[in-house]
Amino acid sequence: MSATTHGKTPYYFVPGPSRHPAMAAFGLFWVILGAGQWINGHDWGAWSLLFGLLWWAFVLKQWFGDAIHESEGGLYSDRIDASFRWSMGWFIFSEVMFFAAFFGALFWSRGYTVPTLGSLDNSLLWPNFQGVWPSASPGATGSPAGTVEPFQVMGPWPIPTINTALLLTSGVTLTVAHHALIASHRARAIAFMWITVLLGLTFLGFQAYEYVHAYHELNLKLTSGVYGSTFFMLTGFHGFHVFVGMLMLLFITLRLMKGHFTPDRHFGFEGAAWYWHFVDVVWLGLYIIIYWF
Amino acid sequence: MSAVLDHPTGHVDDHHDDHHAPTGWRRWVFATNHKDIGTLYLLFSFTMLMIGGILALCIRAELFQPGLQFFNPEQFNQFTTMHGLIMVFGAIMPAFVGFANWMIPLQIGASDMAFARMNNFSFWLMIPAALMLVGSFFMPGGAPAAGWTLYAPLTLQMGPSMDAGIFAMHILGASSIMGSINIIVTILNMRAPGMTLMKMPMFAWTWLITAYLLIAVMPVLAGAITMTLTDRHFGTSFFTPAGGGDPVMYQHIFWFFGHPEVYIMILPAFGIISQIVPAFARKRLFGYASMVYATASIAILSFIVWAHHMFATGMPVTGQLFFMYATMLIAVPTGVKIFNWLATMWRGSMTFETPMLWAVGFIFVFTMGGFTGLICAVAPIDIQIQDTYYVVAHFHYVLVAGSLYALFAGVYYWGPKWTGVMYSETRGKIHFWGSLIFFNVTFFPMHFLGLAGMPRRYADYPMQFADFNMLASIGAFGFGLMQVYFFVFVVIPMMRGKGAKAPQKPWEAAEGLEWEVPSPAPFHTFENPPKLDVTATRIVS
Amino acid sequence: MTMMNSDVHPLVRRCSQLAMTAAVALASQSALAVNDLPGGPAVNQLNLHPAVTKIAHEQAWLHNMMLVICLLIFVAVFGVMFYSIFKHRKSKGAVAANFHESVKVEIAWTVVPFIIVILMALPATKVVVAMKDTTNADLTIKATGYQWKWGYEYIKGEGDGIHFVSTLDASQRALSDSGKPGDVDNYLLKVDNPLVVPVNKKVRVITTAEDVIHSWMVPAFGVKQDAIPGFVRDTWFKAEQEGDYYGQCVELCGKEHAYMPIHVKVLSQQAYSAWVAEEQKKAAAKADDPSKVWALDELMARGEKVYTTNCAVCHRPDGKGAGQFPALDGSKLVLSETHADQIHVLLNGRNQMPAWKAILNDTEIAAVATYTKNSWSNKTGQVVQPAEVVAERAK
Ligand code: HEA
Ligand code: HEA
Ligand code: CUA
Ligand SMILES: [Cu+2]
Repeated sequence: MSATTHGKTPYYFVPGPSRHPAMAAFGLFWVILGAGQWINGHDWGAWSLLFGLLWWAFVLKQWFGDAIHESEGGLYSDRIDASFRWSMGWFIFSEVMFFAAFFGALFWSRGYTVPTLGSLDNSLLWPNFQGVWPSASPGATGSPAGTVEPFQVMGPWPIPTINTALLLTSGVTLTVAHHALIASHRARAIAFMWITVLLGLTFLGFQAYEYVHAYHELNLKLTSGVYGSTFFMLTGFHGFHVFVGMLMLLFITLRLMKGHFTPDRHFGFEGAAWYWHFVDVVWLGLYIIIYWF
Repeated sequence: MSAVLDHPTGHVDDHHDDHHAPTGWRRWVFATNHKDIGTLYLLFSFTMLMIGGILALCIRAELFQPGLQFFNPEQFNQFTTMHGLIMVFGAIMPAFVGFANWMIPLQIGASDMAFARMNNFSFWLMIPAALMLVGSFFMPGGAPAAGWTLYAPLTLQMGPSMDAGIFAMHILGASSIMGSINIIVTILNMRAPGMTLMKMPMFAWTWLITAYLLIAVMPVLAGAITMTLTDRHFGTSFFTPAGGGDPVMYQHIFWFFGHPEVYIMILPAFGIISQIVPAFARKRLFGYASMVYATASIAILSFIVWAHHMFATGMPVTGQLFFMYATMLIAVPTGVKIFNWLATMWRGSMTFETPMLWAVGFIFVFTMGGFTGLICAVAPIDIQIQDTYYVVAHFHYVLVAGSLYALFAGVYYWGPKWTGVMYSETRGKIHFWGSLIFFNVTFFPMHFLGLAGMPRRYADYPMQFADFNMLASIGAFGFGLMQVYFFVFVVIPMMRGKGAKAPQKPWEAAEGLEWEVPSPAPFHTFENPPKLDVTATRIVS
Repeated sequence: MTMMNSDVHPLVRRCSQLAMTAAVALASQSALAVNDLPGGPAVNQLNLHPAVTKIAHEQAWLHNMMLVICLLIFVAVFGVMFYSIFKHRKSKGAVAANFHESVKVEIAWTVVPFIIVILMALPATKVVVAMKDTTNADLTIKATGYQWKWGYEYIKGEGDGIHFVSTLDASQRALSDSGKPGDVDNYLLKVDNPLVVPVNKKVRVITTAEDVIHSWMVPAFGVKQDAIPGFVRDTWFKAEQEGDYYGQCVELCGKEHAYMPIHVKVLSQQAYSAWVAEEQKKAAAKADDPSKVWALDELMARGEKVYTTNCAVCHRPDGKGAGQFPALDGSKLVLSETHADQIHVLLNGRNQMPAWKAILNDTEIAAVATYTKNSWSNKTGQVVQPAEVVAERAK
C-alpha cells in the first residue's frame, strides 16, 4: 500500500525469474492448435482451445497477481509508473491500427469495390449489378453474383443510439469514479465503478440482442455480402474490446474494494480507464460511419 | 516468485558470481534477464535461418535444371511460401530483436528491459508459432502454398494448414508488438541520466524507429489475415467479388504492412553498421543528427509507397504516378545514410577486422539492391519485371546482403562481449569472402533471368533460362556451406568459450557503454544508473 | 548464341560477357544445344526482350537510362569508398581526422540525389501516361485466366465472337514431369491455340479471371496486367512486327502456375482476316447440336480429347488422381447410375475443381462424363447424352 515510500523503492525494478511467460505461451499453443483444427471440422480442436484458454487465463491470473503484489509492495518507482504509461499508450496505438485495417476495408469496399463492380466496364462480368452500398439504399444486395439472400441494413435507431448513450455515460461515471479516488472518497469511487461496469454489461447485452435481431428479423448475417462482413467484423471486434475493457474495469473495481491504489498512485486504474475511453472513441466512429452513413 | 531485486544496491562490476542467477534449464525458460533472452532470440533465429535456408536449397535444387526432378509443383510452392515466411518472420526479425535485447540496455545504461517478464513472453510466444508454421508441412494438403504475401483468393483454396499459418502469424504479431513496446519504453524511459536522445547510440535510435513501425503495421497484418480467416470459414466476402468484395483490397492492406515491414528488416541493420564503421575508422560517426532524421524520413515515407508492389494490378494513372514518385523519394534519405558512412570512413584510420569487412560488404552490396529497387520503382520498367526473378534478385540483395550481412557484422562485433572470447580472424574472413562470392554467384544472374522474363514462383522454366539457374543453384549451395562453416567454426567455439579471452574492449576505437562493462558482460549490469561523461559514451567514477 | 539486343549498354555487355564465360563453362551439354526462341527468351538473355511495341521500346530506353545513371553513381560513390579504403588505412599510417559534421555537404548530398530522382521520374511519367491509355482500340479481346489456362474472347473489332481456350501443350507438361525435358526451344511455351492479332493495330486486352488472380504478360509487347476475378482490367499493345511472341502467367495461381503460357501470333492484315474467316467457319461447324443423340464410341472419342486437355492435369491421365485431386477411377460419383450429380460437379465445380460450365459446351461435358464412366477400370457402359447436361444446366 505504501507505494510512495521512496526510501526502499529501487530505482529500477527487475523481476526475478518467472515461469509465467513460458507457461502462458504453452497455453497459447493449445489455443492456436485447437482453433485451427476446430474450424476445419475436428471437434477435438474445441477441447484443445478450451484447455488452452483456461490454462492461459489461469497463468495470467497468477502473473497479474505477482505484478499487483509487487506494485502494492512498493517496488514500483515513479520510473516504473512512467514505463507503464508509455506502454499502455503504445498498446492502444496498436489497437487503433488494428481497427484501422477494418475501417480501411470498409472505406475501400464502399468507396471503390462496390461502385467498380457496378461500373460500365464491369458490366461485362456482372451485367445486372447495381453498385450501390446497401446502407445507402435499403434493399440493395451488395452482391454481384446474386448469391446473397436479401437482407435489411441496420439503422441507428434505437439500439445503437441507446448504446451510444450508454457508452458515453459510462465514460462520465468512470471519470467521476476517478475523481472520487483522487479525492479519497473510496466508497464513491467503488460505487461509480460498479455503475460503469454495469453500463458496459448493458451495452454488451444490447449488442447481443441487436445481433439476434439482425440474424432473425433482418436476415443480416456474416454471409450478407461485404456489407454484412464489414458490419459484423467492425461491431464484433468492437464488442469484444468492450468485453475486455469491461473485465479490466471489473478487476480494478475488485482491487479498489480490496483497498488497492492510493489517491496519487493508481496507474492500474488509469490504464483501464484509457482503454475504456479508446473503446468509446472507436464506437463513436462506428456509430457515425456504419449506422448513420 | 521472487519479486525482489537480486542486488538492490549492486555495483557495476562486483558480481561476476551471481549467486541468485538461476541455473540449468530454468535459467532459460524462466528468464527475465535481457541478455539471456537476447541469446534465446539469437539461437532461435539462427535455427530458423537454417530451416528457411534448407527450404531455399530445396527450391534451388529443383531449379538446378529444367524439368521436375525432386518435387511436384505443389510442394515447390509450399517451399517458396514457407521459405519467405520463415526467413522474414522467423529468421531476420527475431534476430534483430535478439540484438535489441542484448545491446539496448547495455548501450543506454539500463539495468534491463522495461518489462522483463513480458520480454520473455515475447520470446516464448514464437515457439508455438514456429511449431505451427513448420508443422504445417505435416498437415493434410501440406503447408500453405500461396506465397509469403498470402494473396487472396488463392489463400481461400488452401487446406487446413492455412489456418494454422494464420494463427501462427497472429501470435508472431503479438510477440512483435509486445517486443516493440518493450523496446520503445526501455529507450524512452530507462536511459541513464545524461544519455539524452541525441547522444544515444545509432543502434538504439534505429530500433526506436523500427519499433514504432512495428507497432503501427503488425496490427494491420493481423487485420488482413483475420479477414482471410473469416472469408475462409465464416462466409464473409471481403475478398470475394461475388459478394461485393475485392481481392485487390487484400493486397492494399497487406502491403500497407508489407512495405514498412521491409524497412523494419533494414533499419536496425543500418543501426549496426553505424556502430561498426566509426569503430574501425577510428573516427566519430559523420552526420549523427542527419542519420537520425534520415532514418525517421525513411520510416515516414514507408507508409505512403505500398502500392509500388501493385503496379500490375491496374491502378489509375494518378495512383501509379503517386506511388512511383513517393517510392523514388526514399532513395534520398537512404543515400544520406550511405554518404554519411563514406564520410565517416574518409580520412579515418581504418583497419579491417571481420566486423568491418561485413560492414563494408553491406554498404557495397546493399547499395546494388537499393539501385535495383529504384529501377523497380519506375512503373513502366516494373511492368516488365514485376513478379520476375529481377524482383527476387532485388530483395535478396537488400535482405541477404543487407539485413543478414549486418547481422553477421553485429555478431562478430559484439560476439566477444556476449561470450567473452574472441572469434578467429582467419575464420571470420573465410566466412566473409566465401559468403560474398557465393552470394553474388547466386543472386546476380537472377537479374538477367528477370529481365529476360523468367517469372518467380515457377517450379519449371523454359530451356533458355537453364544456365543462369544452374549457376544460381551452385552459388546457393556454396552460400549455404559457408553458413555451415560459420556455425561449426565460429558460433560453436564461441558458445563453448573456446578461443582467446576477449578484453573488455576488443576494438581500439569502439565507443559506447557496452564497452565499459567486462567481457563477457556480467549477468546484471547497471543496476544503479551509471554516471556518464558529457558524450554519454563513458562511465565516470 | 547470346542474344545481345542493340539496346544493351556497353558496360553491361562487358560484365555480362564475363558472367557468360563462367556460365558457359558450367553449362551442361543439353542446355547448350537449345536455340534462342524468336519472340520468346533467348539463351542466356541479359536484358529485356527486343521490343516490338512503342511502349516496350520506351521501357527498354528507361531501363537503360536508369542502368547508366545508377552505374555512374555507383562507380562514383564506390570509387570514393575504395580510394578511402586503400589510402586511409591504419597500416598505411593514416591518422584519423576528427571532423564529423558539415551542414554544407550534407545539404548537397540530399539535394543532388533529389534532383537526380526527379530527372529519372520525368521521362517515366510520360510512359506511364501512354501505357494507361487504352482508348481507341481497333480490336478488343477479353483474356480470362482459369486454373490453368487462358480463355480468349474477341469482343469488339474484326473477328468479334471468336472465342477459344489456350492451354499448354500436354506433351510438354508430361516432359516437365519426366524431369528430362531435353532440347525443346519452346519448352513450356507451346500452346494448342495461340491468340491471333493483326499487326499495327491497337489491341486492347481486357483481363479478368475465373478463380484466382493470374497475370497476363508478353515481354516483347511491354505488357503485364493482372487478371483479377470479378473485375475487369485492361491494357493495350500495338505490335509493329509480325511473328510469334511468348509470355507466361506471372501471378502465383496454384500448383500449375508455371504451366499456363501465353502465345500471341501477330499476322499481317490479310492473313488475320483469313484466319478470322477460317475460325468463323470452324465455329459454325463445331457448334454442337445439344439435342443430338450420340453413340457410346463417338462420345468416348470426343471425351478422351476433352479429358486430356482439361482434366488430366489434376486427375492424371490414368484417372488415379493425386494429392487433393480425387481419383476418378473407381469413384462412386463417376460410377453412379444417376448422372445428375456428376454433371452438377462438372458444371459448377467443387472445392479445388473449377466450374466448367463457361468453358465446355453441353456435348463436351456429356462426352467427358461418358469417357470417365467407361475408362480405366470403370466399365459401366453408361452413356451420358448432351440433353441431360442441358437439363442439369437449366436447374
Ligand atoms: C530489406 C528489405 C528491403 C529494402 C531496404 C528495400 C528497398 C527498396 N525497395 Fe524493395 N523489396 C523488398 C525488400 C526491400 N526493399 C522485398 C522483400 C520485395 C518483394 C516482396 C515480394 O513481392 O515478395 C521488394 C520489392 C520491391 C518493389 C516491387 C517490385 C515488384 O514486385 O515489381 C519495389 C518497387 O518499387 C521496390 C523498391 C524499393 C526501393 C525504391 C527501395 C529503396 O529503399 C532503396 C533505396 C536505396 C538506394 C537507392 C541506394 C543508395 C542510395 C544512394 C547511393 C543515393 C544516390 C542514389 C540515387 C540518387 C539514385 N522493392
Ligand atoms: C528474409 C530473408 C531471406 C533470406 C535470408 C533468404 C535467403 C535465400 N533465399 Fe530467399 N526469399 C525470401 C527471403 C529470404 N531469402 C522471400 C521473402 C522470398 C519470396 C517468397 C515468395 O515468393 O513468397 C524468397 C524467395 C526466394 C526464391 C524464389 C523462389 C520462387 O520464386 O519460387 C529463391 C530462389 O532461388 C530464394 C533463394 C534463397 C537462397 C538460396 C537463400 C540463401 O541465402 C539461404 C542460405 C542459408 C542456408 C542455405 C542455410 C544454412 C545451411 C544449412 C542449414 C545446411 C545445409 C546446407 C548445405 C549442405 C549446403 N529465395
Ligand atoms: Cu495463372 Cu499463374
Ligand atoms: Cu516495398
